[in-house]
Formats: sequence, structure tokens, C-alpha cells
Amino acid sequence: MTAFSRTPALLLLLAFAAGLAGPALAQSAVAEGQKLAFDRGKGNCLTCHVIKGGDLPGTIGPELKDLKAKYPDRNELSAIIFDETKRNPQTMMPPFGRNRILTEQEISAIVDFLQTL
Amino acid sequence: MKARSALLLGSLGAALVAFALTSPRVVAADKVDPVADAKAFQNFFFQKFPNVKHEDFVNGPYSMNADMKRQWQEKEEFPPYEFALDAGKDMFTTPFKNGKTYADCFPNGGIGIRQNYPYFDTKEGKVVTLELALNRCREANGEAPYSYVKDEMASLTAYMAFTSRGKPMDIKIPDDPRALAAFENGKRYFYTRRGQMNFSCASCHVQSPGERIRAEILAPALGILNAMPIYRSEWSGMGTTSRRFVTCNSQTRAVPLEPQADEYRDVEYFLSYVANGLPISGPGARP
Ligand code: HEC
Ligand code: HEC
Repeated sequence: MTAFSRTPALLLLLAFAAGLAGPALAQSAVAEGQKLAFDRGKGNCLTCHVIKGGDLPGTIGPELKDLKAKYPDRNELSAIIFDETKRNPQTMMPPFGRNRILTEQEISAIVDFLQTL
Repeated sequence: MKARSALLLGSLGAALVAFALTSPRVVAADKVDPVADAKAFQNFFFQKFPNVKHEDFVNGPYSMNADMKRQWQEKEEFPPYEFALDAGKDMFTTPFKNGKTYADCFPNGGIGIRQNYPYFDTKEGKVVTLELALNRCREANGEAPYSYVKDEMASLTAYMAFTSRGKPMDIKIPDDPRALAAFENGKRYFYTRRGQMNFSCASCHVQSPGERIRAEILAPALGILNAMPIYRSEWSGMGTTSRRFVTCNSQTRAVPLEPQADEYRDVEYFLSYVANGLPISGPGARP
């Protein structure tokens, strides 16, 4: 039996998530982002993009690479994932944030992953 | 242009229906003008793929990729739809319990007429597809209707398509405002984005034909129904036009309609009309 009740344990967890955990968290966010990006039920980005480490990519969108150089501001990447129709009304890329396919946190983890490409 | 005023219908959380039209939408006029639409539609594909022979567009993904086409042509020596074709011929020629046959329900005994379907029925005021006409024939003769999506229905349409191979698609729009409305409605359905992914039919089949979506090569919208029904390895069997529409909607997390719902009938009317002149190639085989 743990000494903690449920609520404080959760608070502790949130405190970690808020950034107290440092580089270890950054690492795990990248891994989590990759998982979300590749997951067919989530980002499923491979449907359209070649991404290092992913199998059976589609060709509808450009290869995702060198993104940190192209979009130094991470908010730009978040915005593309949130709703690319803002930049390009004709785009095929689904509005992952606007249509609630991905949460803000999930998009943020994917951006962490994209910045490593 | 009324449709241009991209409205966002729908509520948060629920499926968003965007009226936004995809770029290659080729029509500018306010008036419904199917002749001009069909011409522009065909030209769009002819210009986008100048190396594809016009009559080849009816071969779906194979028209877009030489390697795939070669593999397919080898497969055609022993086509996977042959079983359905034989079954369809048997079914077609076997009398119903009342002694009549399918031939009694169709012009020319049902042979070589696939290119005229769907048609606009001016009595009913609606589009009638071949699948619908087949089930109506069954019911008129005291037989239970078949499932629209597979097996028996696919066998029957496979046989009817086979007897019509090479005949140019020949869909008419009678001088009836309801026929024009059906065409326009089908067009609208085709270009409207829907579902959580926000895709329209055109996103995949007008904007991206020839591209890979994961491992699959997207078929061009031009002539996309000429090969129906199709055998698909992924289905380990045959599928009708209805099955393909439902699958495309549900795979992209859009809510599929009932097979033979008015809107699907109208989409079929639109897609078939703009393919006028291109040969029937069904039944087809797909990877
Ligand atoms: C159905 C197709 C599709 C899917 C799925 C998709 N994208 Fe895209 N994406 C595109 C297209 C097409 C573009 C090209 C830009 C445009 O259309 O506006 C693009 C562009 C991008 C860009 C800009 C690339 C550059 O070099 O400028 C990024 C970043 C991106 N996508 C990330 C993602 C991520 C992350 C996911 C998954 C969460 C994803 N995409 C899923 C189609 C898609
Ligand atoms: C996000 C992608 C996507 C959307 C949206 C989509 N489809 Fe498809 N469609 C596919 C894929 C993948 C296939 C199988 C490969 C191929 O043949 O194109 C396919 C195949 C088809 C085929 C059979 C083509 C052939 O020759 O085998 C038809 C017909 C079709 N789709 C019609 C539609 C219609 C109508 C809609 C809208 C209601 C639609 N599709 C929406 C991806 C899509």
C-alpha cells in the first residue's frame, strides 16, 4: 500500500510533466512524438510523408526532414499540424488540432520529434 | 459562385462538413452545364497525365504506374474475377421461380448495356444504378434482394460489365430539371470535404491520383467507375461500386451512407457522366 492517496500522486505527475524532469522528459517526449506520428490511429503521418524510421510511407506530402532549419520557431510546426488549411486552404493534410484528432500535448510531442529530423 | 463562399457547417466535435472546394475544380459558371463540366474534367486529367492514353484511365491505379501495370497484365492471364464472372453468367441465365429471367427486365436482354448505367428515370425523378435495377428486377419477380456490396451482386454486375467491355460510357442527362439537380448534387458530394480527416472524394482522386497513400496508388477520378465491379486482394473477393464508396468513406473516418442512398446514386451519375466516351473495362482486378 502506498502512502500517497491518488490525488497527490497525480499532482506529482503533473509537476513532472510541467518540465521539472529536464532532459529525461525531452527524450521521452521525442519518443512519444514519434510513436504518435507513426500510429495509424493517431497522427498516421506516414500515410502521406516519408519520415526517417517509418515503413511504407505515402508520397502525397513532402519528406519530413531538416524541419528545424526550415521552421526555427516551433509554433510554426504546431500551427501546420493544428490546421494546415490556414496556410493552404486546398491542402490534403488533415487539421489534426482543429478536428481534435490530436490534443495540444500530442501535437507538442510530435513537434519535439519533428525537430530531431 | 455560390459554392465558393466556403461555409463551415457542422458543430464542434461532430464531423465538420466543409464546403470548401478543391483546387482542380474545373467549373466556373453558375449555371449547371454538364457538357462543359465533362469536357473540363477530362481535359484536367489529360493535361495532368499527358503520357496516359485516354482509354487507359479506366484502369484505375494501373494507369498511373508502369510497374504495376506490367504486374497486372501478367495477372490478367488468370484473372481473379473469373470465378465471379462464371457465377454471374449462371445466375443471369438461370430463371427465377416464376420462370422469368433478368433478361426480361433489361433492354437488349441485359447484354452489352453496362455503359448506359446509371440512368436518370424521369418517372421516378431519380438516378437508377445497375445494382438498383438488378434488385428491383429480383423483387418484381418475387425474389429477395441481394446485398449491394458483394458476392451475388458483384457477380451479376461483373457479367453485365463483361458483355459491355470496350463500349464507351454513354450516360444521358434528360431535359428535366431534376436530372440536372441530381448531377449537380453528385458533383457537390464529390467535392465536399467531410469527416474528421476533412477529405473530399476529390482530395484523393482529383488532387492526388498517382500518389501513394501508404502503399496504395490512388486511382484518377476520370473513368473510376468503368472497371466496376472489382476484385481486390485486400477484400479477398469482389466488391461493387457501393462497396467501394462505403469503404472510401469509412477508411477516411467519414460516416458512410447506406448503399444506394440518393447521394451515392447522384455521385455515381456525376462520375459516370464525366467519363462519357471512355470504354467499359469491368470487371477489374486490383492489388
Ligand atoms: C493526407 C495527407 C497528409 C497527412 C496524413 C499528413 N500530412 Fe503533412 N503535409 C501534407 C501535404 C500535402 C503537405 C504539403 C503542404 C500543403 O499541402 O500545404 C504537408 C506538409 C507538412 C509539413 C510542412 C513540410 C515542409 O517541408 O514545409 C509538415 C511539418 C507536416 N506536413 C507534418 C505532418 C505531420 C506531423 C503529420 C501527422 C501528424 C502529417 N503531416 C500528416 C499531407 C499530409
Ligand atoms: C483519403 C483517400 C480517399 C478518399 C477521401 C476517397 N478515396 Fe476512393 N480510394 C482510395 C484508395 C486508397 C483506393 C484504392 C486504390 C485505388 O484504386 O485508388 C480508392 C479507390 C476508389 C475507387 C476504385 C478505383 C479502382 O479503380 O479500383 C473508387 C470508385 C473510389 N475510390 C471512389 C471514391 C469516392 C466516390 C470517394 C468519396 C465518397 C472516395 N473514393 C474518397 C482513397 C480515397
